[in-house]
Amino acid sequence: MMNKILLGIILGAILGIFDGLTAWFTPEVRSQLLGIVIGSTIKGVIAGVLIGVFARKVHSLALGILFGLSVGLLLAFAIAQMQHGHYFAIMLPGGMVGLIVGYATQKYGAMPVKQRG
Amino acid sequence: MNTTKWRWLSDQVISQLQAGVQFPDLTDTRYRAVRFLARGGMGTVWLAEDTVLGRTVALKVLEVDLGAGEWMARLLREAMVLAQLEHPGIVPVHDAGTLPDGKSFYCMKFVQGQTLDQNLPATLSERLRLLQRVAEPLAFAHSRGIIHRDLKPANIMVGPFGEVLIMDWGLAKIANEALRRSGPSTATTQERDAAKEPPPSAVPVTGHGKILGTPGYMAPEQERGDSDQTDERADVYALGAILKFMLAGDQSKKESNLNPLFAICGKAMAAQPGERYLSVQELSDDVEKYLRGDPITAYREDVIERTLRLYARHRTAVVLVVAYLIMRVLFILFSRR
Repeated sequence: MMNKILLGIILGAILGIFDGLTAWFTPEVRSQLLGIVIGSTIKGVIAGVLIGVFARKVHSLALGILFGLSVGLLLAFAIAQMQHGHYFAIMLPGGMVGLIVGYATQKYGAMPVKQRG
Repeated sequence: MNTTKWRWLSDQVISQLQAGVQFPDLTDTRYRAVRFLARGGMGTVWLAEDTVLGRTVALKVLEVDLGAGEWMARLLREAMVLAQLEHPGIVPVHDAGTLPDGKSFYCMKFVQGQTLDQNLPATLSERLRLLQRVAEPLAFAHSRGIIHRDLKPANIMVGPFGEVLIMDWGLAKIANEALRRSGPSTATTQERDAAKEPPPSAVPVTGHGKILGTPGYMAPEQERGDSDQTDERADVYALGAILKFMLAGDQSKKESNLNPLFAICGKAMAAQPGERYLSVQELSDDVEKYLRGDPITAYREDVIERTLRLYARHRTAVVLVVAYLIMRVLFILFSRR
């Protein structure tokens, strides 16, 4: 089983790339696709690290999901602010990504082995 | 003529009345009989009070008299086997000896609860967890070179707090030579004829060529009376039979895929010992894998079963990802309008 932070980073990055790539279906931003994918991936990785660290500290599926959702929404809100619009189109998927990473890190991530003595 | 109309007393009541007549002679002992509890393979079990320590205990008293050497040795051997096995899943023995009337006895912890055949847990997972708890003391006994040989639901006691105890070690085989030598000598008594007809449910004997165990839970090598070939895999067989018993009364057939569990039964109850699980722990591990939603060693699943198992195990994650993808597709469709 993968450690929680690493799982959060990988999942956040994958979902971030996927999230960014969907911009291809919006013709008016297609020319900025590379920048969107890079930005979206960075956002996913940051969310993954934060959610992964939280999952290591707090062992609660409900709190993990709530925290993931909050982080996802917050980061997406920041990006939407920079874009000056598209709040719903950016924040809903962003929140969803945070929620999935929050669930996955609580459910599947491995805890670090504690040393005795 | 219909004779059943004359049976106005139940078998249980008759049994208790008979036991009342044969109350054990506890004169000048530290014990005081309280009431009859049960009739076992070799004798009767009584609820008694240990007057020295002021606690309630169970006394297993041999029914036959001093002359029945083989039975005496067997009862003491059972006490010795139990004394060797200090485990929370095995009833501890406090004392053993001979009563003033010459009957052998041993004193053990009084266990309250119901046997597995009387009170089977309601859900499948509870039953499987219980089976795993049965495997633990059994594995411990095997590690000490002791094979139970009469494992069945009636010999598994489930306490009010879910504690599981394996009872009735009277037919246990001591595979460990060191333990066998330290126990009461049975070499001469084995050659004698049994002093009393054995009970029909369990036919206990010691030597090679004699049958022991309970039909349905007895491995084929036990049925053949092949005592030399009987090892811990005989208990694996019985544990598989107990799992089969648990599945027979299960109501969740439509909800769960029970094929892997029946495959576990099949492997545990293979006619050839070599085809069975090597140990009860291996069987328990396969049950654990089933409970976790992992593939088990005894069953090769097809693609559909594998997909359904993985879905059942990761249902929430699958739902979340699918919801995310649906949301993405909807966004794409709306953005194109």
